[in-house]
Amino acid sequence: MALISHLLIQGGQMLLVLALAPLVTGLVRKVKARLYRKRGASIVQPYRDLARLLRKEAVVAEGASWLFRAAPYLIFAATWVAAALVPTFATGLLFSWSADLIAIIALLGSARFFLALAGMDIGTSFGGLGASREMMISSLAEPAMIMIVFSLALVAGSTQLSTMAGVMLAGVGLRVSLALALIALMIVALAENARIPVDNPSTHLELTMVHEAMVLEYSGRHLALIELSAQLKLLLYISLIACVFTPWGLAPAGAGAGAFALGFVTYGAKLVCGAALLGAFEASIAKMRVFRVPDFLGAALMLGLLGTLLLFVSRGL
Amino acid sequence: MGGPLIAPLPGTLVSILALFALAALAVPLARTPLGRPLVYGASALISATAFVFGVQGMLGTPATLVLPLGVPWMGAHFSLDPLAGFFLCVINLGGAAASLYGIGYGRHEHAPQRVLPFFPAFLGAMSLVLVAADAYSFLFGWELMSLASWALVVAHDKSADNLKAGFVYIAMASFGTLALMLAFALLAGGGDLTFATLAHAPHGPLVGALVLALALLGAGSKAGLVPLHVWLPLAHPAAPSHVSALMSGVMTKVAVYGFIRIVFDLAGPPAWWWGIPVLAIGGISAVAGVLQALLQSDMKRVLAFSTIENIGIIFIGLGLALAFRGNGLMAAGALALTAGLFHVLNHALFKNLLFFGAGAVLNATGARDLEKLGGLIHRMPTTAVVMLVGAAAISALPPLNGFVSEWLTFQAILLSPALSPWGLKLLVPLVGALLALAAALAAACFVRLYGIAFLGRPRSEEAAQAVEVDRWSRGAMVGLATLCVLAGILPGPVLDALQNAVGPLMGARLPVQTDVAWLSIIPVGESRSSYNGLLVFVFMVLSAGLMALVIHRFASRALRRAPAWDCGFPNADPITQYSASSFGQPLRRVFARTLFSAREEVTMPPPGDSAPARIRLTERDPAWALLFTPLARAVEALAERSNILPYLTIRQYLGIVFATLVALLLVLAIWR
Repeated sequence: MALISHLLIQGGQMLLVLALAPLVTGLVRKVKARLYRKRGASIVQPYRDLARLLRKEAVVAEGASWLFRAAPYLIFAATWVAAALVPTFATGLLFSWSADLIAIIALLGSARFFLALAGMDIGTSFGGLGASREMMISSLAEPAMIMIVFSLALVAGSTQLSTMAGVMLAGVGLRVSLALALIALMIVALAENARIPVDNPSTHLELTMVHEAMVLEYSGRHLALIELSAQLKLLLYISLIACVFTPWGLAPAGAGAGAFALGFVTYGAKLVCGAALLGAFEASIAKMRVFRVPDFLGAALMLGLLGTLLLFVSRGL
Repeated sequence: MGGPLIAPLPGTLVSILALFALAALAVPLARTPLGRPLVYGASALISATAFVFGVQGMLGTPATLVLPLGVPWMGAHFSLDPLAGFFLCVINLGGAAASLYGIGYGRHEHAPQRVLPFFPAFLGAMSLVLVAADAYSFLFGWELMSLASWALVVAHDKSADNLKAGFVYIAMASFGTLALMLAFALLAGGGDLTFATLAHAPHGPLVGALVLALALLGAGSKAGLVPLHVWLPLAHPAAPSHVSALMSGVMTKVAVYGFIRIVFDLAGPPAWWWGIPVLAIGGISAVAGVLQALLQSDMKRVLAFSTIENIGIIFIGLGLALAFRGNGLMAAGALALTAGLFHVLNHALFKNLLFFGAGAVLNATGARDLEKLGGLIHRMPTTAVVMLVGAAAISALPPLNGFVSEWLTFQAILLSPALSPWGLKLLVPLVGALLALAAALAAACFVRLYGIAFLGRPRSEEAAQAVEVDRWSRGAMVGLATLCVLAGILPGPVLDALQNAVGPLMGARLPVQTDVAWLSIIPVGESRSSYNGLLVFVFMVLSAGLMALVIHRFASRALRRAPAWDCGFPNADPITQYSASSFGQPLRRVFARTLFSAREEVTMPPPGDSAPARIRLTERDPAWALLFTPLARAVEALAERSNILPYLTIRQYLGIVFATLVALLLVLAIWR
C-alpha cells in the first residue's frame, strides 16, 4: 500500500512538471511583454502552440536519417526524466535516489548530445552552426555546473538533491561559497536554457541564433516535443534553484496531506517568482556577441571554482 | 563441483605460449589464403580462454609459479593476483574482439605477412607483462610488447609518415623501458629482483620519490601522459585499425598496470605528496588530449588524442587513490582506485569499438579524413548505430558506462576535503574542474566526429558509395557496444569484482553493491550519493515509449518528405555544410589559441576573381616545441661530437678505458 502511494506521488510529480512546463514559459513571455508595455499573448499560449504543432503533419527533409526522427523522443525522454528527479513540492520521493545532481546534469548533457547531432543530420549550414556553438557554450557551462554541484555537495555532504534540500532547510548559515554558487548557477541556467544574453529564444536572425538554428528543420510533432523539452528544462532549472536555495515548504518524505498541500502552494509561488525574475532580467539586458559568451560563462566557472576552493580550504581551519 | 579443470596461472601461461606458437606458425601461413582466418580465429579463441583465466584470477586467490627459464640462478617468476587478473580480463577481452574484427578487416590487408605474425605475439607479450612476477620477466614482456607493436606500426612501410611514427615510437619506448629498469634497480637495492622481494625491500623516502618519478616516466610514456604523449598520436593511427584499437584501448592499460604494480604495490606506503604529481599530470593530460582531439580532422588521430584524455582521467583516479592512501584515508582511496580501474575497463571497451568503427569507415570509403566523409548513417546502418553508442559512452553520457566511472571519480573528489595537506586542498578542486572540462569537451569532440562522418550529406564520391562492412567486423563491434550498455546499466557486479583487486592494494574495499535494492550503486553512504543506471535507462525507455504511443494515438501521424528548409536558402552542394574544421572553430578560438598557438589564415581572392577563398589552419603542440625539438637537437649535436670516436689512436682508446675504470672505482669508493 505504501509502495502504491509512493508510486502515485512519484508519478504525480512526473505529470506535474509536464503539465506546468508550458505555463512557466508562457508566464515568462507574458512578463517580458508587459515590461515592454505590450499586451502579450495569453499565458496559456504555449499549450495552444503545442496542440497546434501536434495536429500538423511533420515535414521531414529529404536527406534525414532515422536519427533525425528518433532524436526528439530521446531528447524529450532524457529531459523529462531529469526534470522529474528534481524535487518540486516534496523531497525523498520513491525514485529520487536513482540519480543524484551530477546524473541529472549529465542527463541534460545526453539530451544536448542528441539535439546537436540532430542539428547536423540534414547537412545544412545552419544546423552545423547551431550544433557547433551549442557545444562551445556547453563546454564551459557544464564544468561550471559541476563546480556548483561541488560547492553544494560539500556544504550538504551529499550530491542527492533531497538530502541537500534537507540540509539547507535545517540551516547552514550565510556562506560566501553558496552566494558564489548561486550567481554561477544563475549564469549557467541562462546559458543552458538559451536565454538572453547568451541566446535569444524568440529570434530567427541567422547570425545570432544557437538553439533555434539546431531545430530549424523540425516541424509538427517533432518540433512540439523539442519545444516541450526546452520548456521542461527551464522548469527544471527554476525548480533546482528553488529546491536548493529556497527549500521552504517542501514536504518531507512520508508527510501528510497538509504538508503536500503546502508544498504545492509554495512550489507554485516559487515558479511564479522565478518566471517573473527571469522575464524582468531578460527585458532589461541585451544579447551578447557569440564570442563574448565564453567570458560570461568563464566567470561562472571561476565563481564555482572559487566557491569550491573556499570550502576545501575552510575545512582545514 | 570440483575445482576448475586447469588452474588459472598455468592456464594463462599456456595461452601465452600458444599465442607465441601461433605467431611463429603465422609466418608460413600468412602467404596462404586460409592464413588470415586461421590466425585471427585461433587468437580469438586463445584470448577468450585467457579471458576466462583472468576472471578466475580476479575472483580467486593469488597463485605463484617459478619456471626454470630466463636468468639461470633465478628462474622466471610468475604470479596471478586479482589485480593482474582484472587487467588480464581487459586485455584479452580487447584482444578477442580485435581478433574477431581482424578476420573480416584483414581481408583488405595488402601485405598480410607483415601483420599476421606480429599480431598474436603482441597479444601474448601484453599478457606476459601482467603475469610476470620478477623484474626480468616483466621487462622482457614489456620490450616484446613494444617491439611487436612497433613492427605493426611500420607494417605499412610505404608511407614516410608511418616510418617517422615508428622511429619516434621506438625511441620513446626505449626511453620508457630504461626508466622502468632504473626504477626496478632502485627498488631492489642489491637484492634479488622478484616482486615478492622488491615489495618488502626497505628503502628511504628519496628512493621512493625517485621510483615514483621513474614509474611516471616509464609507464607514463607508454600510457601517453602529457608531455610524453608525442609518439602516441603518430603511432596509434599508423597501424592497421584493429591494431590501433589494441594499442589505444589495451596496450595503454598494460602501462597503467605497470604504474599500479610499481607505485601501489612494490614501492611501499606512499608519502603524503605522491598524489600531487600524478593528479596534476592526469588533469593536464585529460584537457590537453581532448583539446587536441578537437583540432584534428583525421578520424584515427582524433581517437588517439582522445586516448590521452582518457588515460588522464584514469590517472586522476590513481592520483586521488595515492593521495588518500598517503594520508591514511583508505576507504576513500578504495573508491578512487575503483573509479580509475572501472575507467580502465570502460575505455578499453569504447575505444576498441570506436577504432573498429573508424576502420570500418576507412575500409568502406578509403578515407580517414573527416572532411571527405558524411552521410554514412544511410550507407552503413550497423556501424552507425554502434559508433553512436561508442560516442555517447566516451562522452560520459548516462545511462552508458563512461558516465559511471566519471561519476565515481567525482564522488572520490568530493571526499577529498578530508585530506589535510594544503597542496592537495588547492590542487584537488582544480583537477575536478579540469576533469569536468575534459568531459564536456569530449562530448563536443564526439558530436563533431560522429556528426561530420555519419550525418549530413556525403562530402566525397567515395563516402556516397560506401558499403557496410563484413559480418565479422560488425559482430565484434556489436559485442563491444552491448558490453558498453551493460556495464553502464549494471555497474554493481563490476564494482564488486573490482574490490578483490582494490582490497589488497588499499587495505579497504567499497561496500558490496550487488546487495543494494534495485541494483543501485552506493559507493559511500545512502544519504550521500547513489546512482541507478538501470532505472535511469528504464525510465528513459518508458517515457520515450509513452510519448511515442501518446503521439501516435492522439496526434497527427502524417509525415511528408520535402527539400530541406535551411531558412529559405537551401543549397544542394554538400560543401555548404559545416565541416570538421568549421565545427571546431569556436572551440579552437576559445581554448586553443594560447595553448596550442592555433591560427587561421584566410586567403581571399581579389574582388571579381572566381577562385575559391582558402583557409589554412595551423597549430603547434607545446610538448614538441618546448621539450622534444630541443632534445632532438641536443642529441644530434652530441652524436656529431662523438663522431670522432671511431677515428682515435690506440693510445687514446687505452686512455679512455683507463679513465672509465678509475671513474667507476671512484664511484664505488664514494658509494660504499
